[in-house]
Amino acid sequence: MSRLQVTNLCKSFGALKVTDDVSLDVAPGELHAIIGPNGAGKTTLVAQLSGEMRPDSGRITLDGRDITRMPMPQRVRMGLARSFQITQILPAFTVLENVALAVQARRGSSFRFFAPAAEDTGLNGAAMATLREAGLDDRAGVRASALSHGEHRRLELAIALATEPQVLLLDEPLAGVGGEEADAFVARLAAMKGRFTMLLIEHDMDAVFALADRVSVLVYGQIVASGPPDEVRSDPAVRTAYLGEEESA
Amino acid sequence: MTDAALTGTAGRPSAMSARVQVALVLFALFALFPPVVIALDDPFLILIGTRILAYAIAAMALDLILGFGAMVSFGHAAYLGFGAYAVAVLSSFGIHDIALQILAAMAVSALFALVTGAISLRTRGVYFIMITLAFGQMAFFFFTSLSAYGGDDGYALSQRSTLFGMDLLRSNTVFYYATLGLLMGLFALCHLIVRSRFGRVLTGLRENRTRMQAIGFPPFRYQLTAFVISGCLTSVAGVVLANQAQFVSPAFMSWHRSGELIVMVVLGGIGTLSGAIGGAVAALLLEEFLGAVTEHWRLYFGIFLVLMVLFSPRGITGLVQQIKGSRR
Repeated sequence: MSRLQVTNLCKSFGALKVTDDVSLDVAPGELHAIIGPNGAGKTTLVAQLSGEMRPDSGRITLDGRDITRMPMPQRVRMGLARSFQITQILPAFTVLENVALAVQARRGSSFRFFAPAAEDTGLNGAAMATLREAGLDDRAGVRASALSHGEHRRLELAIALATEPQVLLLDEPLAGVGGEEADAFVARLAAMKGRFTMLLIEHDMDAVFALADRVSVLVYGQIVASGPPDEVRSDPAVRTAYLGEEESA
Repeated sequence: MTDAALTGTAGRPSAMSARVQVALVLFALFALFPPVVIALDDPFLILIGTRILAYAIAAMALDLILGFGAMVSFGHAAYLGFGAYAVAVLSSFGIHDIALQILAAMAVSALFALVTGAISLRTRGVYFIMITLAFGQMAFFFFTSLSAYGGDDGYALSQRSTLFGMDLLRSNTVFYYATLGLLMGLFALCHLIVRSRFGRVLTGLRENRTRMQAIGFPPFRYQLTAFVISGCLTSVAGVVLANQAQFVSPAFMSWHRSGELIVMVVLGGIGTLSGAIGGAVAALLLEEFLGAVTEHWRLYFGIFLVLMVLFSPRGITGLVQQIKGSRR
């Protein structure tokens, strides 16, 4: 059974079909990449999968359970976490607090009014472990707003990991990250492979073809090709619709 | 890198305890006030002091949702009214015990906050402000038309509340200290709440609602809980005010009063608790002194407020931090 299944998903903004009859199957442990030119509707697709946006029609199931109309927080508690293309953090909180709050969302009640959360060793321990995984443990006490862009992207990933997900929706985790930092990030994602089911939206083609088990190509809201990276790369429709465009650009 | 990390961890707890220090200094000053009043031989001042303490409680309770939860309630005077009328109504039935009156005030406030909060929280920003104002006005007009308790004219109380059957609060000085005790207790409570797991969720929702939903927190239930807590605590101030004035009237819950509470919180510095207490002191002292000098005191108070917001957006708390910082 597929872990995440999308069937005939449609979403329109007025006359514009942003998601046009999209169907997807992501198997457990698989890293499925979605590529496509700007404006292809990738982020809108993630928004529907994560529950931020309601599709007009179609069905989304997680482990066979219909989640199409489920609100975002409930999906997260079922193990579906996402990272954002535009970093979404709590700027006045420290790095550790950002992650500890994500741990808190999964562990125990948040209707506790008296014990100081900052001294909760259960929360802090788990948060530190996640920060270590994201390579941010030496920045734990820094205010999140003071981090560099690359560190923000890593914090974004750490927060998603801290919710203990089974399925990770990664919306351009490498956006704006370059050079060695990008290589390190790709290595981190590669190390995570198998532990999570991942749906990766990414512009960085090197990263996509290095990481993905399968690649789907989204153009004007439609999936025009889907398959193993090599197959997709040599697909003539893809070359004209997308990769060719990149090369000539 | 490590240096920054160290100052980061070291900086925040000390900033937190700095707020407690400010509060402790304020409490010490409050405690020293009655002897000064006796020395000045002006007993009326002690009643002004009690009024300031009551508003400090209300402003602090409002700060809990305004400063920490980014919920700007423009109807919080309603809870002052519930507190005041709990005293009036219960004492007219011969129940004078202040603990029971506070309990009743909190129960009514919790119910009102639960219902109006559940509706108001469907909106955000300016709409939230407007809808809380509308509910506040509904409460105001309800008590205006409550003729059994004087309606518009208000209702004079026959006596102060009692404490466990004893007439301790009859003395203005004892009543002042009892109010100070309430303020300190409620400050401790609010301080615990904002640092707790719940407080973190509330502050997180202020910081970034989308992020909080994306890690699994549905905002509504946490914001509504905070709204109810804030309403309940504000009503305690109403119980004190009724006793202070020995009189209740719908004027306690007019929308001007709600605005004044917001001014106190903003003046003191939002999201600090101790700032709200300082803001209440500053606003009411200015009202007393400017009011004694000129009848156009609101004009001067307005100018002061504009200058504060322009030059110290973080209120008195921000100003104190700036002065401390420049001295180093």
